[in-house]
Order: sequence, then structure tokens, then C-alpha cells
Amino acid sequence: MNRSELRTPLAKVRGLGSAKDGTEHFIWQRITAIVLIPLTLWFVWSLLDLAVHSDQIKIALWLSSGFNATALIVMLIALFYHAKLGLQVIIEDYIHAPLYKYSCLLLNIVLMYGFAAISVLAVLKLHFRVGL
Amino acid sequence: MTQKSTLSSERPLSPHLGIYRWQLTMTMSILHRMTGAALAVGTALLVGWLWAAAYNASCFAGIHVFLISPLGKLMLMGWSFAFYFHLCNGVRHLGWDIGKGFEIPDAYRSGWAVVAVSLVLTLLTWAKLWGLL
Repeated sequence: MNRSELRTPLAKVRGLGSAKDGTEHFIWQRITAIVLIPLTLWFVWSLLDLAVHSDQIKIALWLSSGFNATALIVMLIALFYHAKLGLQVIIEDYIHAPLYKYSCLLLNIVLMYGFAAISVLAVLKLHFRVGL
Repeated sequence: MTQKSTLSSERPLSPHLGIYRWQLTMTMSILHRMTGAALAVGTALLVGWLWAAAYNASCFAGIHVFLISPLGKLMLMGWSFAFYFHLCNGVRHLGWDIGKGFEIPDAYRSGWAVVAVSLVLTLLTWAKLWGLL
């Protein structure tokens, strides 16, 4: 008798199903989306003034405002978490080979959290004008 | 085994994407994903720009030269449209999340509204950048 036939149906599906955090994924995707609506519009419209004669001192001056720096940091955190959640779904939908899939999922986390860390640090440095 | 494969071959097949009549709604759906992915790739530029502004003057100057080049401008135009499209269509999705706008005529109306509003916002943005506003 084949060993696999002795396994109960429950044993066969254990570890294959939902990680039970799908609802949390859904809710955070929506929360970050709602937060990003005003913040990204504000940032893009601020960029229109900043980017035309783009120079570092102008950006540092803009970020010397506590409001601007705080709003930009909140935007960056929400943005990269939203991007991480969205890219994760795309990877899960289209990439099926386990090694490739999990490598991409891991790379997604490392890249998006890394981007968030680097950009927040840059905003803090420009805000406090360390070494400028 | 043979019985099983006979059974499954007699079942009606779901129509493949290739023989679907084109619909606005399906295009909006895949564009939401594609613009989201494009925006995520574009965040690398945002990170590079902020990092260079804080840490590397010559790198910052180089990024600026690239951004005002024809290729840079083309990328920024595509990125700005992707941004407005993903934002407007995201609002459409949030409407569905609270159960609004599910009727088929509503889905088309909101779909065309998203296309129109995101195009207008993109044009306004570039008109402002070129000093026309």
C-alpha cells in the first residue's frame, strides 16, 4: 500500500493553504491607498515647483519645514508598503516555480523596505541639514 | 484515469482571453496592475533623487541632466500618466470596496471618467511644468 494513501485529507493540505493573513493584506492595501491620495497629490504638486530649477539647497529649504518633512516621511512609508503589497500579489499571481517565486518575494521585501529606509534617511538629513 | 480525462474533455471550457471581445473594463483592470508595477519601478528614481540630494552633489546634477533630456522627459510623462491613472482608478476600486458602482453601466461610466480625468491631470501637470499655466 502506498504511503501517501494512508495520509488523511487534512494532512495532505496542511501547510499548503492560506497563511491566514490575507485580510490584513487587503486592509493595509486600502489604508495605505487612502493615505496616499492626498499625500502623493501634495508631493507631485510640490515637485512641480521644486523640480523645474532643481537644486539641493532648494530641496533642503523645502524640507526644513517640519510639516513638509513629516508629510514626506509618512508618504514614503505608506508608498513603499503599498508598493510591497501590490508587487507581492503580482509575483504570487504570475510566478509559480517555488524557488523563483520565493526569491522574488524576498527580493521585493528587501528592495521596498530598503528603498523606504534610504529615502527616509535622506529626508531626515536634508531636514536637519547635516553637513550641508 | 481514462474515464476522468474523458469527463474533463466534455466539460465546457472557459473562453480564453484571446477570443474575448475587447472591453474597457478589462483594459482598466490590467492597466491598474501595469501602472502600479511601473510606478514601483519608478520609485527607484525617487529614491535615487532624494539620496543624491542629501548625499552626492555630482550624482544629483547627473540625475537632473538625465531628467531634462528627451528620454528623461518621456519617462516622466509616462510616469505622471501612470501616477494619475493608478490614483483615479484606485479611487474607483475604493468605491467598489464599499459596494458602490457595481452596475455594468456605472462601471463603464466610472471607467471612462478615470481615463478622462487622468489624461486631463497629466496635461495640466505638463502645462504647468512648461509655464503655460
